Amino acid sequence: MQTSNDNILSAVRIEKGFPGTKALDKVDFHLRRGEVHALLGENGAGKSTLIKCLTGAYRRDGGSILLDGEEIDPRDTFDAQRLGIGTVYQEVNLLPNLSVAENLFLGRQPRRFGMVDTRTMNLKARELLAEYELDLDVTRDLASYSVAIQQVVAIARAVHLSGKVLILDEPTASLDAHEVAMLFRIVRRLKARGLGIIFITHFLEQVYEISDRITVLRNGHLVGTRETSELNRRDLIAMMIGRELAAEIHAARIETAEGRMRYRFRNYGRRGRINPFDLDVRAGEVVGIAGLLGSGRTETAEVLFGAHRADSGTAEIDGQTVDLSSPRAAIRHKFGFCPEDRKTAGIVGDLSVRENIVLALQARRGWTRPLSRAEQNRLADQYIRALDIRTADREKPIKLLSGGNQQKAILARWLATEPEFLILDEPTRGIDVGAHAEIVRLIESLREKGLSLIVISSEIEELVAYSSRVVVLRDRSHVAELGGDRISAHQIVEAIAAANEREAS
Amino acid sequence: MKQKYLPLTATILIFLLSYALCVAQYPNMLSTRVIGNLLTDNAFLGIAAVGMTFVILSGGIDLSVGAVIAFTGVFLAVVLEQTSIHPLAAFALVLAITTLFGALMGAIIHHLEMPAFIVTLAGMFLARGMAFVLSIDSIPIKHPFYATLKSFYFKLPGGGRITLIGGLMLLVFAVGILIAHRTRFGTNVYALGGGTATAKLMGVPVASTTVRIYALSGLLAGLSGIVFSLYTSAGYSLAAVGVELDAITAVVIGGTLLTGGSGFVAGTLVGIFIQGLIQTYITFDGTLSSWWTKILIGLLLFAFILLQKGIIRLSRPERQHA
Repeated sequence: MQTSNDNILSAVRIEKGFPGTKALDKVDFHLRRGEVHALLGENGAGKSTLIKCLTGAYRRDGGSILLDGEEIDPRDTFDAQRLGIGTVYQEVNLLPNLSVAENLFLGRQPRRFGMVDTRTMNLKARELLAEYELDLDVTRDLASYSVAIQQVVAIARAVHLSGKVLILDEPTASLDAHEVAMLFRIVRRLKARGLGIIFITHFLEQVYEISDRITVLRNGHLVGTRETSELNRRDLIAMMIGRELAAEIHAARIETAEGRMRYRFRNYGRRGRINPFDLDVRAGEVVGIAGLLGSGRTETAEVLFGAHRADSGTAEIDGQTVDLSSPRAAIRHKFGFCPEDRKTAGIVGDLSVRENIVLALQARRGWTRPLSRAEQNRLADQYIRALDIRTADREKPIKLLSGGNQQKAILARWLATEPEFLILDEPTRGIDVGAHAEIVRLIESLREKGLSLIVISSEIEELVAYSSRVVVLRDRSHVAELGGDRISAHQIVEAIAAANEREAS
Repeated sequence: MKQKYLPLTATILIFLLSYALCVAQYPNMLSTRVIGNLLTDNAFLGIAAVGMTFVILSGGIDLSVGAVIAFTGVFLAVVLEQTSIHPLAAFALVLAITTLFGALMGAIIHHLEMPAFIVTLAGMFLARGMAFVLSIDSIPIKHPFYATLKSFYFKLPGGGRITLIGGLMLLVFAVGILIAHRTRFGTNVYALGGGTATAKLMGVPVASTTVRIYALSGLLAGLSGIVFSLYTSAGYSLAAVGVELDAITAVVIGGTLLTGGSGFVAGTLVGIFIQGLIQTYITFDGTLSSWWTKILIGLLLFAFILLQKGIIRLSRPERQHA
C-alpha cells in the first residue's frame, strides 16, 4: 500500500452537483509523483467536472484536495496555477496575437526600471523552450506556429508557472502522429522530472502508450484505478461503459453491397485542394475514406458537397450529369454533409436542439415556405428519440450538450432532409466510446435503408467495420481503392505505406 | 518581414508617397512651417487618438471622446470665467474628472458585461449633456496664462514652429509607445484584444486592465480638451463633434485592427499625419471644397479595411484538413 507521501495530489471524496444532477459523487483520485495518470470515462462521466474542481474553475460541494500533503482550496484557475496545478487544454489557451515570449511570461515579464525588459524576456523564453527541444524565434506571433508547437508552448508555460501537477485535457486531438510523438517525448521528460501528469484523451492507444495508471469515471462515480500494464483493453472499455462494446465495433464485416450504381464522379477535383479522382458510389453502400492527416480527406468531402467548387471533371447521378457547384446545389440533389469540426462548421451553439435539427431542411425549402412550429417539434422529437440524443428537452441550446450528442444532432439535421447521399467527416471524433458505438450502428442502419454514404475516419478499424469499399488517400490524391476481402486494417495501412514507398523511390 | 508590420509599413509608404505628390505639385509644402502647423492643428486629435489606440487594441471602442473634449473646454471656460482658481489647478481638476469618467465607463463595461459601444455612447450623451448644462454659449477664455502658454514654442530651422500643444502631442505619443510596448499593462491591453476569456485564464487582471484602458482614454480625452481650449481659446458645448470618429479613423489608417489585438501606437501618429496632409493639400489648392478631405479619408479608410482583410486572409492560410 502506498503512503500519502507518494501522492503529489490527492482528491478525497469530491462532490459536485448541478441543478438536477450529481456530477461527482464522492470521487477519490490520487496522483503520484512522476507518473502519467490517464483519466477516462464517457462524455458526462465527470472527467471535466473533476478537473474543474481540481483547478478551481468550479467550487466543489464537498471533499478535500491535498497538494503535497497540504490541503488546498483554489479559488480559480489562476490560483491553482500559483499553487502548482497547471492545465493545458485541447484548444490552446494562449494568445495568438502576442509573441511566443510574451505568451510564456505574460504577467511575469522581467522588468528593469519599471519597463518590460524585452531582451531578457526573449532570452529566458529561448532558454525555457530549449528544454522542450524547440528552437523558435520567440519574438514572432504565436499564431505563426503550428498547433503542436503552440501546445508545447502552452505546456512550457504551465510547467514553468506551476511545476507540480500538469493536466493535459485532450492535448492530442488535433495533432498528427508525428506531433503526438513529439508531445509524448516531452511528457516523458516532465514525468522524469517528478511532475504528476493527468492525461485525458479519447485515444485508447495513446493511453496504453503513455500512461502508468488509469482511473475510470462513470456517471459521476469512481469505477476504479488500475495499473495500465495490468488492465487490458476489453476490461478497460468494460469499465468505461459498463457493457461489452468491443465486440460490437468489431462486428463481422458486411458483404460487398449489391445496390445499383447511383453516383459517378469522373476526373473530379479542384486544383490546390484535391487532385482529380474517379469515384463511384452505389445505393446502400458505405465508402470509407482513409489516409493520413493532410492527405486530402476533408478536401474530397468538400469538393463532393460543393463547399469548394470542383474545377475539373463531371458528376453524374443515375446517369444524368448534375451541377454540384455549391452546397445549395448539392442539397437540391439530396446531398448531406456533416463536417469534421462541429464546433465551427456544424452546430449553431446558441440555437436550440430543435432549431439545429430543422436548419438544413428549412434551408432547402427556402425561407418563403417555413416549417410550422408543430412540424419542427415533430421532427425534433422524432430524431431525438430515433438517435437517442440526450437532452433535457428540444429547446435546450445545443452548446450545452455533450460532444457525442451534438454530433447526433447534426446527423439528425441532415437526416431530416432525407438525403440520399450523406458525407460524414470524422463522425466519431472527440466523442466517447458509448456514443461511438451508437454512431457506428447508425451508419449501418442508414446503409441498410439504401443511402449512399461516404465516411471519412482516421480510425481504420472503424472503417473496416462498416465500409464496403475503402478509398486510400495520399498527398491529395486517391491512390488506392480496396474492396471485398481486401478491406482490413492491415491492408489499409499497407496501402498507405505502399503509397509512401512509391513516393520515396 | 513580419506580417504584423505590414499595415504600419503600408501606412508609412502611403504617407511618404502622398507627401511626395503634394510636394511635387506645391514645393512649398516641403517646409518646417507646414510640418509645424500639421502638428499644432492636429494636436488635440492626436492626443485623443492615442487613447483611442489603446481602447481599440483591447478590442473596445470609446465614442465619448469628442463629447469629453467639448465638456473639458466648456468646464475650463466656465471655471476660469467665474472663479479665480489658476488654470493649472483647473487643468488638474478637469483631468481628474475625465479620468474618473473613463474609469467609470470601463468599470461598467467590465462588471455589467455591457458592450463598450453602448456604454461609451451613453457616456457621449452624458458628457455632451453636462457641457450644455454648464453653458450653451461659446465662452471665450481670456486668462493671461493661456496667452503665456500659447507663446511657448520651439523654433525650427526654416521658420516653422513646434508649439507647446504640438510638442505635447509628440510627447504623448512617445509615452504611449512606451506604455504599449514596454509595460505589463501594455501587453495586457494586447492580451485583451487577443481574447478576453483566454487572457483571463492566463492570469491577466481583466477588470483592472479594462478600467485602466478607459481611464487612460478619459485622461487623454481630457488632455485633448485642454489642448483644444488652448487652440481655440474658447469653450463651446457644440465643439469637437465627431472627433471620436476622426480618432478611430486615424487609428485604423494607422494599421490597428478594429477587432483588437494588433497594431501600433506609432501607426496612429502616421494616421494623424495622413489626415492632416490631406487637409493641408486642400488648403494649398484653395479651390477644392473642404469636403474633399472627408471623401479622401473615407476612401483611404475603406482601402485600409480592405488591406487588413487581405492581410488577415494571408496570415491564416487555410488549415490543412485531414
